[in-house]
Amino acid sequence: MKKYGKAGFYLLLLAGAVVLPLLLNMSKKGKYQIITLTLAMVWAIATLSLNLVLGYTGQASLAHGAFLGIGAYTFAIFVERVGLNFWLALPLTCLFTAFLGALVGLPSLRTKGPYFAIVTLCFNVIVFKVFENWKWLSGGLQGQKVTIPSYLSEYWARYYVVLAFLILVLLIERQIVKSLLGSTFIAIRSNENLAEAVGIGSFRNKLLSFTVSCFLVGLAGALFAMVKGSVDSTVTNYLYSFYILIYLLIGGAATLAGPVVGAVGLYYLLDRIKSIGEFRYLAFGLILIVVIIYLPRGIVGGARQLWDWGKRQYNKREEVPE
Amino acid sequence: MSFFFNQVIIGIQLGSQYVLVALGLTLIFGILDISHFAHGHMYMIGAYLLYIIVVRGGVNYWLALVVCMAALAVAGVVVERAVYRPLRGQPQINTFIAAIGLILFLEALVRGIQPKALSVPKPIDKNLNFLGTSMEVQRLIVIIGAIFFIVLLQLFIKKTRMGTAIEAMAQDREGAALVGISVNRMSALTFAVATALAAVAAVLMAPLAFVSPEMGSVLILKAFVIVVIGGLGSMKGAIVGGYLLGILEALAIAYVSSAYKDVFAFGVLIIILAIRPTGLFGGRDAV
Repeated sequence: MKKYGKAGFYLLLLAGAVVLPLLLNMSKKGKYQIITLTLAMVWAIATLSLNLVLGYTGQASLAHGAFLGIGAYTFAIFVERVGLNFWLALPLTCLFTAFLGALVGLPSLRTKGPYFAIVTLCFNVIVFKVFENWKWLSGGLQGQKVTIPSYLSEYWARYYVVLAFLILVLLIERQIVKSLLGSTFIAIRSNENLAEAVGIGSFRNKLLSFTVSCFLVGLAGALFAMVKGSVDSTVTNYLYSFYILIYLLIGGAATLAGPVVGAVGLYYLLDRIKSIGEFRYLAFGLILIVVIIYLPRGIVGGARQLWDWGKRQYNKREEVPE
Repeated sequence: MSFFFNQVIIGIQLGSQYVLVALGLTLIFGILDISHFAHGHMYMIGAYLLYIIVVRGGVNYWLALVVCMAALAVAGVVVERAVYRPLRGQPQINTFIAAIGLILFLEALVRGIQPKALSVPKPIDKNLNFLGTSMEVQRLIVIIGAIFFIVLLQLFIKKTRMGTAIEAMAQDREGAALVGISVNRMSALTFAVATALAAVAAVLMAPLAFVSPEMGSVLILKAFVIVVIGGLGSMKGAIVGGYLLGILEALAIAYVSSAYKDVFAFGVLIIILAIRPTGLFGGRDAV
């Protein structure tokens, strides 16, 4: 019974996500809202990728903004300059960012904790500077155009494509987390020395986690390029690494729902309060500090704790009369 | 030859601000184990405070230096109290993330109030002829001022009781607590000293560069590079590393390319950490 209830809940959510554009289409600003939601889901995929390496494996990568940008550019260049088919360029982009991720991971994963965060952030700054200054690569100020197949030219078609990929990524990550590999990652996060002592090759597994994570963020980058229709050098900005990190932590690291809740919720919310300008990031920073101090497991983690607590209280009361 | 000499002087002047910021960071990061990533943004706040005091308030530059130092020392204590103390004992990555929150907060605050870059007038707007090269007096003020404060910091650490307590904590935190050194008071003191040093760097440098909301973000990354290469908690390492990076950068700008100067600095860090994950001069292990 309980199992079916859970499945039903997920089906209901899915149905909601499928029907939502139809409902929004009726409202006046519907088109804009659908595009915003599509981008929010792209960020959700990026956040899910960081979840694998930070949430489950415990390595705070601040290079995911760079890999997102590299994914977007790789995709754009494959489609525009090489002339590849859309559906061929997509997996090739992911493979390329995964390969690059492995290359970056090899030296940087030798470092630990904040050192790893600093090294990856330095990598992101390097990538950003190169894209900013190398006009041939980045296409200068107007950026690089991306042509997409005609059947994807409608904004709602792109919404469903991104939604499908988001579900796919969620299923992949769920499979990884439930498997032995997932337990291995969590063991490394909890205590790397202990994991080593019981025979887990921590470096190899960290590298695997980072590579898979880069594969997924490459997908997010390609979808980003598809939704936007063009890319410029700002996609490699290290601020994006910070944003992905914030979506993840506020949503809830090391949960599957957290990244989606954090990314979609925050992106949508920030878009709604665009009118107050720079001051919205002020709230962003404050929320981040408060969340990390009082709610280190994010909204979803906190909600789950509350749920478990409530259930325990309820069970206790049931037991007393007996 | 005089061109080269000029570049070296500029490098020493660039290095002076790196040393001042990196010294504060090595105190906080090396002794308290707090990856205070927002240290560069405290520097930025210092520069804006200088602008308000000198340009809007019309106060003398040297008096402003003292006021900025005092104000930022207080700000440093507030940050330690409000943000980092509740996180003590938690995984270090949480502190790092709180620091990122602080960065976003401070940058948005300043950008929301004043998005444009500002400039602060030089206190002595003259050029000096020196060994056949012309040199702005402000550059010499930066170099001499930095040396003055570096020496002052050394005297404080080595000669006063409070400084000795900081050093004791750097060597052995449990031991220091055992002999009655209050960890709370010492971390507040460390933050006060470190942030005042950032204020010095900001006040000295502001007349030579524009004051802008993002001026601290690349600087702090460089300071981290210096601290990591110089060894965690090592003041000697921070001083040598800071001047070295400044000179190398000035020469790279002059002889190679100014657009890619940051690429060199950060590329060097990645290579060094790849070969020696705990920094060049050993230092403590960061876990």
